[in-house]
Amino acid sequence: MTYVEYKMLNPMQKFAYNFKKFFKNAPGAIGRFFKAVGLAIVHFFVGIGKGFKDFGVTFVKGDWATKLSYVIFGVGDIHKGKYYKGILYFLVEVLYVLFMVFFGGEYIYKLPTLGTATKVVEYDEFGFEKVLDHGDNSMIILLYATLTIVVTIVVFAVYISNIKDAYRHQIMRQNGEKPTSLKVDAKEFLDGKYHITLLSFPILMIGIFNILPLIFMILIAFTNYNGKEHLVMFDWVGMQNFGNLLNVVDSARKANTFFGIAGWTLIWAIAATFSNYILGIIVALMINKKGIKLKSLFRTMFVITIAVPQFVSLLLMSQMLTQDGAFNILLSHFNGGVNPRIDFLAGTPLMARMTVIIVNCWVGVPYTILSMSGILMNIPEDLYESARIDGASPFKTFTKITLPYMIFVTTPQLITQFVGNINNFNVIFLLTGGKPSNPDYHSAGYTDILVTWLYNLSMGEQKDYGLASAIGILVFIICATLSLIVYNNSKSMKDEEAFS
Amino acid sequence: MIKSYKFRRNLANAIIYIILGVMCLIWISPFVYLVLHSLRADGGVLTNNALLPKQLTFQHFIDLFAGSTSSSLNFPKWFMNTFVVACFSCVISTISVLAVSYTFSRLRFGMRKPLMNIAMILGMFPGFMTMIAMYYLLKIMGLTDPTHELFGFVERQLVGLVLCYSCGAGLGFQISKGFFDTVPRALDEAATIDGATKNQIFWKIILPMSKPIVVYTVLTSFIGPWTDFILAKIIMGDTHENYTVAIGLQLMIDPDHKTQYFQQFMAGSVVVAVPITLLFLKMQKYYVGGVTAGGVKG
Repeated sequence: MTYVEYKMLNPMQKFAYNFKKFFKNAPGAIGRFFKAVGLAIVHFFVGIGKGFKDFGVTFVKGDWATKLSYVIFGVGDIHKGKYYKGILYFLVEVLYVLFMVFFGGEYIYKLPTLGTATKVVEYDEFGFEKVLDHGDNSMIILLYATLTIVVTIVVFAVYISNIKDAYRHQIMRQNGEKPTSLKVDAKEFLDGKYHITLLSFPILMIGIFNILPLIFMILIAFTNYNGKEHLVMFDWVGMQNFGNLLNVVDSARKANTFFGIAGWTLIWAIAATFSNYILGIIVALMINKKGIKLKSLFRTMFVITIAVPQFVSLLLMSQMLTQDGAFNILLSHFNGGVNPRIDFLAGTPLMARMTVIIVNCWVGVPYTILSMSGILMNIPEDLYESARIDGASPFKTFTKITLPYMIFVTTPQLITQFVGNINNFNVIFLLTGGKPSNPDYHSAGYTDILVTWLYNLSMGEQKDYGLASAIGILVFIICATLSLIVYNNSKSMKDEEAFS
Repeated sequence: MIKSYKFRRNLANAIIYIILGVMCLIWISPFVYLVLHSLRADGGVLTNNALLPKQLTFQHFIDLFAGSTSSSLNFPKWFMNTFVVACFSCVISTISVLAVSYTFSRLRFGMRKPLMNIAMILGMFPGFMTMIAMYYLLKIMGLTDPTHELFGFVERQLVGLVLCYSCGAGLGFQISKGFFDTVPRALDEAATIDGATKNQIFWKIILPMSKPIVVYTVLTSFIGPWTDFILAKIIMGDTHENYTVAIGLQLMIDPDHKTQYFQQFMAGSVVVAVPITLLFLKMQKYYVGGVTAGGVKG
C-alpha cells in the first residue's frame, strides 16, 4: 500500500490496517530479537576463540621473559624495567595462591556435594550438649565457593592483562622505546584512563553486593534449600524447582499457585499501568489547558502525594480501609449511621483486587501527571502556531499534534512502567500483604503477585529458598525479554548522541 | 457567535475546575486526615467513631519523643538511626551515580557497551531475590551482630544497612546519564583543546553545569533510607533499638501494639512525612528539570 492510498483510508480502515500490520510484524520482531540474542552469543564465543588464538601467538613470539610470564605473573614487566607494575602482578599471583590454598580450594572441592559431614554432638554426664564437629554448612560452602569463582575470574583477567602487557613491553623494547614511569602512568589515570578511576569503586561495590549475591541466588534455584528439613545441609536437585512450578500434573499445588498468581500479576500490571497512564494524561491535559489558572497550585497538590513517603501513604491507606477505618465511618453517614463494616482489603478476593488497583491509581497517577506536564510543556509552540494559522480547530490540534506527540514520546515509558508494576512490591505488600488468603495456594493469597510470593517464600512461615529463587529467575526472564525488545526499538537508545 | 464560543469555553473551564477541585480533594484528604488525627485529643479512630476530631492536642508528639524512651519503641533513636544512615548512604550513592553516569556519557572505551548492558540486565532481576544472600554476606562480615559495636560506638547493623543502600547505587545511572548526554559536547572539546584533562572537565565543566541532576541525585538517595522497609527489616530482625523509622512505624501498628500506639503512629508519620514533603516541594523545580531533561527524550 502506498502512502497516498493509506492517507485516503477512513480512520476505521487505518486502524484495521495498522492492527493487521502490527500482528503481521510481531513474529518478525520477535524473530529478530532472538536472532540478535543468538548473534550476541556467537560473537561471545568467537571472541573467546580469538582470545585463545592471541594467547598462543603471543607465546610463540614472546622472548623468555614473556614466556615466563605465562607461569609467573609480572616477570616480563620486571625484565623490561617496568618494576612497579611487575611487582603488582606478582603480588596478585602470590595472594591468589595463598587464598586458594588456605581458603578457596576447600570450598571448590566441596561444591559438587555441598558438604557431607553432619553435625556430631556428644552429651556429657549432666546431659549438656557438647559439639564435637560442627559439620558442613551447605549455605556457607556455596557462598564461599561462589566468592572463590568470582575471585578466580578476576585473577584470570589480571593474568591475561599481564601477558598482554609483557608482550607490549617486549615490542616496545624491540622498537627502542623506554617503558613509561609511574608518574606518567598515574597522570594517565586522570585523563586517558579516567574511566578506570571513576568506575573501579562502583564496580567493586556492585560486584560484592549485587553480582555475588545474584550468582549465589541463581545457584540456589537448583538446590532444595528450604527452611525445614534442609536448613543446614542441602543438595543439588537440578531443574526440580522449575518443574514444580510448571508441571501441573505432578506438583499440582505449586504449579496451580504459580499459574494463578502469574495470571493475576498480568491482570494487575495491565490494569495498573493503563489506569495510571490514561487518568494521568487526562488530568495533565486539564491542568495544562490554556485559560486554566492556578496551574502550579493544582500540580503541587498532586505532587504532595509523591513527596509523602510511599510507606506512610500506603500504611495510612491500609488503616483507613479496615473494617473500623475511615472509609467505613464515612460510608456509615450515608448508611443511616450504621457502619457497613466492609472489609476492603481482606474481604472477598474481587473486592480486595479492585481496592488494590484503585489505591494504586491514587499512588501512581501523580507520577504520570508530573512527567506528562513536562512533556506537554516541551511540545514546540510553533507547531500550534502554524496549525492555528492554517485554521485548525482546538480539537484538531489536539488529535493531530498533542496526542501523537505524547504517545510517541511516552511509549517506552509505558513499557518501563509495565515492568515496574510486575515488580510493584510496595503497594501489594503494604496494603493487603497478599490477603485474603487462598487455601488452595502454596503460602500465598488472592492479591499476591509473583514478587510478593517470592518474598513470602523467603521470609514468611514456610521458607523455600530454592523455589523462591526459581520464581525470581522466571520473573527476570519475563521482564528482561519485554525490556530488551523495547530498549532495542526505542529512539533514545538508537540515537544516543542526538542531543550532544 | 463570538459570545457563544466564549460561553462554551467558560463552561468547559468551569467543569474542568470542578473536576480538578474534586480530584485534589480526593488526593489530599487522606493526608489531612492523617494530620488531624495525629493531633486528635478525644480518643483514636479505634475508640471514637467520628471522622473529624473535636479537640486537638500535641500530646501524641510529646509522647512520641519523650514518653516511650524506656520501652522498645524508641522513636527518637529510630529517627537518629535513619538520619545517620541516610547521610552516609547519600554521600556514597551520589559519588557512585555521578561517576558512573559521567563515565558512560562522556568517556569512550572498549568495555563501555558491554558494561552498560550488564548494568541493564542486573537491574531487571527482582531486587529482593538477593536479600537472603545479602543477609548472609553481611553476617559473615559481622555486620548483623547487634551486641558488639564497631570501634566501640558504631552500630554494626547500621553500617550494614548503609552498605546495602549505597552499594548498588551505581546501577541507577540512567537518568543522570541522560542529563549529561544533553550537555553539549563542544564544551568538552573546547576544554580539551585548551589542555584540560578528563578529570578537570568533570569537576570544572560538567558538574557545575549539572546542578539540577546533582541535586536530584542527592535528594533521591537521601530519601531512600527513610522509605525502605524491606532491607532494614531483614538486617535488623528483632533488634528494635536499631530500627529505622519506616519499620519502626510499621511495628507500631502490628496487632500487638496497635491499640496503644495507633495515634503515635499517626504522629510519627507526620514527623517523617512533613520534612521530606517540604524538601521535595522545595526541590520540585530541580526534580521536574531532572526528570524531563534526563529521562524522557523520545
